[in-house]
Amino acid sequence: MADKVLMKGNEAIAEAAIIAGCRHYFGYPITPQTEIAAYMAKRMPKIGGTFLQAESELAAISMVYGVSSCGYRVMTSSSSPGISLKSEGLSYLAGADLPALVVNVQRGGPGLGGIQPSQSDYFQATRGGGHGDYHMIVLAPASVQEMAELTVKGFELADKYRMTSMILADGTMGQMMEPVALDLKVNPAPEKPWATTGTKLSRKHNIVNSLSLVPEELESQNFARFERYKTVEENETMYEEYMTEDAEIIIAAFGIAARVSKNAINAARREGIKVGLIRPITLWPFPKAPFARAAKTAKAMISVELSMGQMIEDVKLASECRVPVTLCNRAGGMIPSPEQVLEAIRAAAKNGGNK
Amino acid sequence: MVVFDKPHALTDTPFHYCPGCTHGIIHRLVAEVLDELGIEGKTIGIAPVGCSVMAYNYFNCDMIEAAHGRAPAVATGVKRANPDNIVFSYQGDGDLASIGMAETVHAAARNENITVIFINNAIYGMTGGQMAPTSLVGQVTQTSPYGRDPKMCGYPVKICEMLSQLEGPEYLERVTVNSVKNARRAKAAIKKAFENQIAGKGFSLVEVLSSCPTNWGMTPDAALKWIDDKMIPYYPLGVYKDRSAKEEN
Amino acid sequence: MAKLTFNTDSCKGCGLCVNACPKNLLRLSKETINKKGHHPVEITDMEACIGCASCAWMCPDCIIKVER
Repeated sequence: MADKVLMKGNEAIAEAAIIAGCRHYFGYPITPQTEIAAYMAKRMPKIGGTFLQAESELAAISMVYGVSSCGYRVMTSSSSPGISLKSEGLSYLAGADLPALVVNVQRGGPGLGGIQPSQSDYFQATRGGGHGDYHMIVLAPASVQEMAELTVKGFELADKYRMTSMILADGTMGQMMEPVALDLKVNPAPEKPWATTGTKLSRKHNIVNSLSLVPEELESQNFARFERYKTVEENETMYEEYMTEDAEIIIAAFGIAARVSKNAINAARREGIKVGLIRPITLWPFPKAPFARAAKTAKAMISVELSMGQMIEDVKLASECRVPVTLCNRAGGMIPSPEQVLEAIRAAAKNGGNK
Repeated sequence: MVVFDKPHALTDTPFHYCPGCTHGIIHRLVAEVLDELGIEGKTIGIAPVGCSVMAYNYFNCDMIEAAHGRAPAVATGVKRANPDNIVFSYQGDGDLASIGMAETVHAAARNENITVIFINNAIYGMTGGQMAPTSLVGQVTQTSPYGRDPKMCGYPVKICEMLSQLEGPEYLERVTVNSVKNARRAKAAIKKAFENQIAGKGFSLVEVLSSCPTNWGMTPDAALKWIDDKMIPYYPLGVYKDRSAKEEN
Repeated sequence: MAKLTFNTDSCKGCGLCVNACPKNLLRLSKETINKKGHHPVEITDMEACIGCASCAWMCPDCIIKVER
């Protein structure tokens, strides 16, 4: 058992990235993720890495694009409004099949919104965010330990599938302090023969590019990319189940909402209500199987979210609308209380899910 | 003895540019410089969005195609990760002076050790001839059909003059390729811009006044003359900044 | 004694080389049409060429090889 250190979620991400071999970070200040940039600014110069505060999120993600083209592990981080700006680069990274790690410590929106925690970028993250057909691997940590572990995992998956991995956290996860074990196991980056490192006049030039003017070619690139996505869906889906064995009511929640929900579930169990939690850890690929399974026996499902209800659509799709799915939510930077979730559980138990 | 042939740093792919477009001349000058400095094998080029988007097919060195205007940011990433490689961006006026202005200014301000080849032909070519940030006052384009009116669209941007106000950049020069004499000067400037990078001196930008016969609605020959008659008076050729030369004096 | 070789198939008939020649030895062919559909450049008097490469300097498509 390794020694644990007390860290903020944002700092855990930064340190885990360094442990994963990331030596290049490009960012732009925005609350509530700025600790990541501050941590990198301190650490990178001491380990021969790059910390650069870019002129904008647009520039930062393009710097990431440049470093990734050269084959290195590279990351950027931001919060919701900044991720909208980075979406241009996210689409280009996808089009050029480049690996990268992008962190979104979400805050309430839309527009400039607020600076308090939110999960309202779920659609943006799981549907791609930018233009065109593509996905990112979206990882949703629910503890500071997971912030660290999923950061390493994010780099590994990005390299393995030549995709962007996004850590979709929120202001609470970024700011909270918890003990973390940093003895993280890391698979080194694979060979990247496609990288632009200079031909040394000994090979044909490598081209990193997302332009493809012949529609037949562009179509086949899209088909090939989605074949790869299918492999990701088959092999990399992650979730946690909590008290689901006998559950008649299933709560779907990720990140901070899952932690609140666990408290509510414990309280409801004391009242004799059979309720459990499915916590998606990968939001894309979404863990469809446990929801499909649960839909056969459960009477109702509740999606607990810090948004106006976004993941609920995936819960309905995954459960094929066999059971009623209700929303228990707060928005704009507010967090559902355990009492609010408990009320939703009681209502579901009373109505047998029939609202 | 062969005294002139296609440089090694250019591939055999024929350029897609319109007849008489001077992009081709500038591509060749860059490639000749890569040959002469013996740096093709360690050079990484960044292509823009615009007419020269497919520059990645023409240069034999490793190439990256950037999002519109972001080439200096991509180049920054590449250079920071690989300081021993030579990194250049090749960008048009829409890319560099409009949508990518922030990336341009900040790469210059940071004195990023890269080489920027800036093609100013006062128009958006690829999309069919719209007004560029560098279109001249009175210039008729698809989106300034009555001529560029400064009351409505302001004045054309002078990149070299503007960047010369910054402490950061090492070297800024404006050249053109509308005659053999001018093309030779342009090549010397491009060579210096790469030599500066090799010497670690920092941000070097060469602005090349270039022609667009198709969208200017002129013969290739008339377009070269238009550079002399219309462009150079507004965009004077010359060195706008050369820090090392200044320090030596 | 200079020698010019034209990669005629790649010529776009822009004529920039024609105007660059100090000896006025180049013209666009009136008879020939190349694969691209252009009237390519041709030299009227190879003997008179001084191999200055001005034409090659101004050719946007790198189709001219100069030997001396």
